[in-house]
Amino acid sequence: MIKKRGAKVMIKVKVYVTLKAGVLDPQGKAIEQALEAMDVDNVEGMRVGKYMEFNLEPKANQSVDEQVTYMCEQLLSNPVIEDYRYETEEVIVR
Amino acid sequence: MKFAVIVFPGSNCDMDLFHAIEAGLKEEVDYVFHTETNLENYDAVLLPGGFSYGDYLRSGAIASFSNVMESVKQFAESGKPVLGICNGFQVLLETGLLPGAMKRNEALKFICRPVELTVENNETFFTTSYDLHAKVNVPIAHAEGNYECDQETLKRLEQNNQIVFRYVNNPNGSVSDIAGIVNEKGNVLGMMPHPERAVDEILGSADGLKLFQSMLTNWREHHVITS
Repeated sequence: MIKKRGAKVMIKVKVYVTLKAGVLDPQGKAIEQALEAMDVDNVEGMRVGKYMEFNLEPKANQSVDEQVTYMCEQLLSNPVIEDYRYETEEVIVR
Repeated sequence: MKFAVIVFPGSNCDMDLFHAIEAGLKEEVDYVFHTETNLENYDAVLLPGGFSYGDYLRSGAIASFSNVMESVKQFAESGKPVLGICNGFQVLLETGLLPGAMKRNEALKFICRPVELTVENNETFFTTSYDLHAKVNVPIAHAEGNYECDQETLKRLEQNNQIVFRYVNNPNGSVSDIAGIVNEKGNVLGMMPHPERAVDEILGSADGLKLFQSMLTNWREHHVITS
């Protein structure tokens, strides 16, 4: 990537939080029923989750994975009922 | 006995709790702001209902990282009583002081009405004034009170007699009809129903007052023995 003056490289993080497989999702169920009411009758397994994105400034002493895992496990998801996954990419921020 | 009512941005049952202690129990009580870090002067901490931090992310999630919660954790670890009601219960779950988590109510509705509970354990710091299996009438007011935990946790809760209150008619889908649980040590209680809204017959029920009276009685007994 070509860095322009005054711009910096950041890590764009996209976090997806979803209910764990065994946990019933009342919202998903309600949406599925609404779809049925719209005559969409071939949908099953609807699950509602959360999407978060942010830019992370890289740190010399801690990897991006370490930092994002910490955030996800401590705050962004509740490990009792939720799973998370994330994607990262380098971006140039002015 | 001196009570602290913790106030987060978005708490809305703090005044009800304050009133329950001051007018119902006739004991000392202070509002303690979420930025406070010193709880030394208090004998019990009460986490009120409401919508701390607008329920952003998950109910209670942001509040569990506020300054005062570090002190509440230490307070609980030292064996002193902590009671979380409604959003206060959600905060206790998010901090890990109690096991499990809350989901949206099964019917996806905010439910606000009196419900009947049974006292499943009357040997805790919070429930000795009730008879075992007594039916009590206390209101609920929540959209996320659908208690969830894994089978292993549920087994542990049952084995240790940590389930303190159960709904007679489950309003929200909670696992095993759970309305309130204590930690293993028995000094941290979380419950979705609002005992502070049931401290006088004029409110429809005075059944909630016994919970605060239990706290006072047990504190006094302990205090007399140790001082």
